Amino acid sequence: MEEINALFHGFSVALTPFNLLLMFVGVTLGVLIGVLPGLGGANGIAILLPLTFTMEPTSAVIMLSCIYWGALFGGAITSILFNIPGEPWSVATTFDGYPMAQQGKAGEALTTAFTSSFIGAFFAVVMITFLAPLVAKFALQFGPPEFFAVFFLTFCSFIGMGKEPPFKIVAAMMLGFALAAVGIDTVTGQLRLIFGWHELMRGFDFLIAVIGLFGIGEILLSMEEGLSFSGRTAKIDPRIVIATWKKLPKFWLTSLRSCVIGCWMGITPGGATPASFMSYGIAKRMSPDGAKFGTGMPEGVVAPETAAHAAGTAALLPMISLGIPGSPTAAVLLGGLLIWGLQPGPLLFVEQKDFVWGLIASMYLGNIAGLIIVLTCVPLFAAILRVPFSIIAPVIIVICAVGAYTVHNAMLDIWLMLLFGVAGYAFKKLAYPLAPLVLALVLGDQAESAFRQAMLMSQGDVSIFFSNGLVGSIMALGLLMLLWPLLSKLKASLLRQR
Amino acid sequence: MADKHGSDSATSAGISVQTMEIVVALILFGLGGMVVFDSSRLGFRWVEDGPQAGYFPFYIGVFICVSSLVTLAQALFGKKRGGVFVEWAPLRQVFSVLVPAAIFVLGIQLIGIYVAAAAYIAVFMVWLGKYGWIKSVLLGVAVSAVMFMMFEVWFKVPLFKGGYNPLGFLGY
Repeated sequence: MEEINALFHGFSVALTPFNLLLMFVGVTLGVLIGVLPGLGGANGIAILLPLTFTMEPTSAVIMLSCIYWGALFGGAITSILFNIPGEPWSVATTFDGYPMAQQGKAGEALTTAFTSSFIGAFFAVVMITFLAPLVAKFALQFGPPEFFAVFFLTFCSFIGMGKEPPFKIVAAMMLGFALAAVGIDTVTGQLRLIFGWHELMRGFDFLIAVIGLFGIGEILLSMEEGLSFSGRTAKIDPRIVIATWKKLPKFWLTSLRSCVIGCWMGITPGGATPASFMSYGIAKRMSPDGAKFGTGMPEGVVAPETAAHAAGTAALLPMISLGIPGSPTAAVLLGGLLIWGLQPGPLLFVEQKDFVWGLIASMYLGNIAGLIIVLTCVPLFAAILRVPFSIIAPVIIVICAVGAYTVHNAMLDIWLMLLFGVAGYAFKKLAYPLAPLVLALVLGDQAESAFRQAMLMSQGDVSIFFSNGLVGSIMALGLLMLLWPLLSKLKASLLRQR
Repeated sequence: MADKHGSDSATSAGISVQTMEIVVALILFGLGGMVVFDSSRLGFRWVEDGPQAGYFPFYIGVFICVSSLVTLAQALFGKKRGGVFVEWAPLRQVFSVLVPAAIFVLGIQLIGIYVAAAAYIAVFMVWLGKYGWIKSVLLGVAVSAVMFMMFEVWFKVPLFKGGYNPLGFLGY
């Protein structure tokens, strides 16, 4: 019951009028970011991060995590009303959400989506409340080999679970590690990979990469598709909300299953996007109405939305307990911790109790605030989408440029952002995944130093990674993930021969 | 807009996926080569006091080279996936955003973020959105003014004023 006490302490930290105000501001900004093309959770937070440098860490993280909740909610609005997924994880929501809107049931679809999101997030937050302290306590006994093994598992999961061609995942990931190595080597102090260009001494900041890859890249993609928004209008009045809520309990099984899928995919860095697809697919197979999926079944909205939110929230568990983010957005929040002077990792639960439990409590409150805001303000957010793209595009590029500049007050970063934008556009079209690139860029230095420390302990003997049961089993799990694409190919060819 | 998933004969209508795969794989291979080259300059071996600075990046570079070679081989000799990476018309659209964006960044370097942003938004609206000049300029200046208030006045985060700083008279 230690956790309950700690949680109540967290509520007392989070529940100041100022923090509550930040929550509502954060969620509103987040929904806006989720609705606008070219701005998403990860780069939206990256752009706003510099504005929080002077804030108190707990307030700052409350606002930024609320932006994240808002962005998760916002993706559903565009999917349902416009058939345009504002975020990748809401693609599966369009399958049944948009047909519902076409049938004039937009309000019902939106209420279903928001409520499911809320339930998924709530489930994941409860899990974080009780599991995160245990994981952190367990991880306190980790040494460098164990930490490297966890990094190894994280990155191998991308290869094992990614939909993209495995060699492209490896290439993108290794490019991230290479970019992370640019600049001063933290151990020897030597300059690496700058080729005499001293402005690169600082290295590549992942915030710049996030703003470029996700922001500018997305704008270029939208431009190519020649977006013209034409969507359904929606009004949500209390009558529709109550009527929808009465129907939802009968989907409890789908909901529970989606929560579990989401949590699992969020902790292992599968992420919200595959979680939503997987949950939709399984619901389609298991439901008695499975054949009617895609024609506007509420259950087809419940499944992906619940899983996406559960995954998005659960991705914060490894971030606060181990210091290893499960998604690009979690990575940006982790970058925030470093900037506010907090050392992420298992010690956070011991040394920064106020911060950690304030954050966890704010997850409960932030999601309630989010649900209230999206249920009441949908018409307003939908109206923003009707602003023509030729106004939105330059404004978003200006915002991205400002965001890139404020990270280090460096002009070079704006040019780099543009370069990353072009790379992001090409990578997206050729199915090179961006998430492993960003995570490798964030974690590169830590992974390298864990590796080097482990190798120093063993005098260069790689067998240290299998020297005890714990590190050995994490490594073995990682290797299994790494070889997963190969194994599943083998299995498929064996089945075909039979 | 033409169908994106047109037949293979449509490759002449744009850049093919295969070409793009090859180009990106070659660029990645080049980057990997640069990493390997610089790491071997720093030393990638094990010396008395532990690994040298190039120890970790060296293998990263090798991995980039190997994986890009596999992708290259798949693009050259694998099953022809065909398809168009981007057709000329949408590509023109992409460049109509990218080129002004690059000019905008150059503008930031010279005359600072605020003036460049106002000009960029106005020109973009007139050129691509076919709005009237007055409306466009008003909106561009308004966005810049809001940014100025937010960053310089409220949050006290100074933004780049450019080499020539045309707003120097404001005293910020």
